[in-house]
Amino acid sequence: MSNRKLGRGVAMVGAGMCKFGAFADKSSRDLFVEAFQEMRASVDQGFDPNVIENIYIGNFSSDLFEHQGHTAPIMADVVGLTPRPATRIEDACASGGVALRQGVMAIASGLYDVVLVGGTERMTKLPTAEVTDTLGAAGDTLFEIPAGFTFPGFYAAMASAYMHKYGMLPEHLMNVAKKNHDNGALNPKAQFGVTIRDWMQQRIQAALKKGKPAPTWKNESDFLHDDAANPMIAYPLRLFDCSPITDGAACVLLVAEERAREFTDTPIHIIGSGQASDAALHDRADLTALRAAHIAAQDAYAMAGVTARDIRIAEVHDCFTIAEIIATEDLGFFEPGTGFKMAEDGVTARDGAQPINTSGGLKSKGHPVGASGVGQAVEVWKQMRGQAGARQVNRDVPLALTHNVGGTGQTAVVHVYERK
Amino acid sequence: MVHPFTAASFNQFLGEHKLMASRCTQCKQTFLPPRAICPNCHSDQMEWVETSGKGTLAAFTSVYVGPTFMNAEGFDRNNPYATGIVELDEGVKISARLTGVDAKNPANIKIGTPMRVEFLDRGEGDAKQTFLAFTPAN
Repeated sequence: MSNRKLGRGVAMVGAGMCKFGAFADKSSRDLFVEAFQEMRASVDQGFDPNVIENIYIGNFSSDLFEHQGHTAPIMADVVGLTPRPATRIEDACASGGVALRQGVMAIASGLYDVVLVGGTERMTKLPTAEVTDTLGAAGDTLFEIPAGFTFPGFYAAMASAYMHKYGMLPEHLMNVAKKNHDNGALNPKAQFGVTIRDWMQQRIQAALKKGKPAPTWKNESDFLHDDAANPMIAYPLRLFDCSPITDGAACVLLVAEERAREFTDTPIHIIGSGQASDAALHDRADLTALRAAHIAAQDAYAMAGVTARDIRIAEVHDCFTIAEIIATEDLGFFEPGTGFKMAEDGVTARDGAQPINTSGGLKSKGHPVGASGVGQAVEVWKQMRGQAGARQVNRDVPLALTHNVGGTGQTAVVHVYERK
Repeated sequence: MVHPFTAASFNQFLGEHKLMASRCTQCKQTFLPPRAICPNCHSDQMEWVETSGKGTLAAFTSVYVGPTFMNAEGFDRNNPYATGIVELDEGVKISARLTGVDAKNPANIKIGTPMRVEFLDRGEGDAKQTFLAFTPAN
């Protein structure tokens, strides 16, 4: 565990995101403009964008998704912020979380007082098979991908090892999907704004409308076991175990702590930041935990001077249902091998003892990979300030955490937030 | 012939149906995939060693929605393929395709199954590529 401290305090004073989803007519810059405008509106005292001094943009692969490289200056330009320095951060699906960390460090260093951190990804322009190829580039293309691994495949392999070691069944994963869809149904920004029960009803109504025989699922479990409704993607992961392909953007405004009150009376302080890297999945001693996430969390807790027990809510990287279960263990909320039982017992539900992914998570809210880490910060911003609407948790949230993972855990970044 | 510790060398050995690892001559640790620099002692004094090609299945999946190059081999939703991670007797692990297992009934595939290496030659002439695979040893 490290003993690193921020050179000075950093506060989040604004946060916003566009609606996540599939938008045929929007480029990533359009999505970013929407996120920026919502962030701007969220700054309680209002602010002049000219005070922004520096910009970090999380983005995995605009090159392959949109055939557009060099994304950061474009994002700076569309919100009128050139000639300020603008830097793209690429750490696969952790790009957004790492961009946030760069923003924190830029302020903590004393170099800048006001930094814009954004994340964007516009994924749905490509056909699914090519999205699979593009995401595969976040794996090891020399030694993993030729074996036929896909991203669902990597996490499926982790699930197989976890099931073998701890006795989890594929059915346990469904609890995570149900919970996150329940939460996402209360999030107007979510790609899937419906519960799995509503989804089933929609399918039944659609069949009746077409004069086709209506499906006869008795309950959610019945639906989730139906190979036609919930097809296998990579055993044991089915469609509803996977986050969707998403277009989206998010952004937050970070400022030096001593200037926070110029912007809001309710700043959210970022008091802990940790990041770690790791080798390809096959090169790790343990396939049932992410070492990088564990180290990133330990470093973030140490910097913040808190423990996992102090964290009221967490947005974790549930790119797949198994990823959320493993995350809740890596972060120290639960003992290794018990996360799936906690999900089953409702401990991680919005009204449970340790709420996880109140936004709906990547699973239901959507996973525009470079934006996801910043989107997580937007959720804790809302929850900590009591602005999460119908999904607001029923308790005070003075401390929260975000956990963003790149690839199979080659990158992990964790932040701890405090409302002082 | 000198083989630098690169993926190209590793693939060339695969083409010769050899699964080669690198071993640090200083701290004697073995690495698969091969590495040029030892992450343990940071020495660059490596040597090639041929592995036993024997191990056990450490993790697996059966892929129903694959990348374009696997689709081109004829795999799809109705014809899934198995892939996984095998731990060799030497203690190192590697990603590989799995043959001789029932990809359509993945619940029957068991972690811990003894496996042996196989080399899958694809294409002809200059386009020939050899993929690493493992199959149940028994």
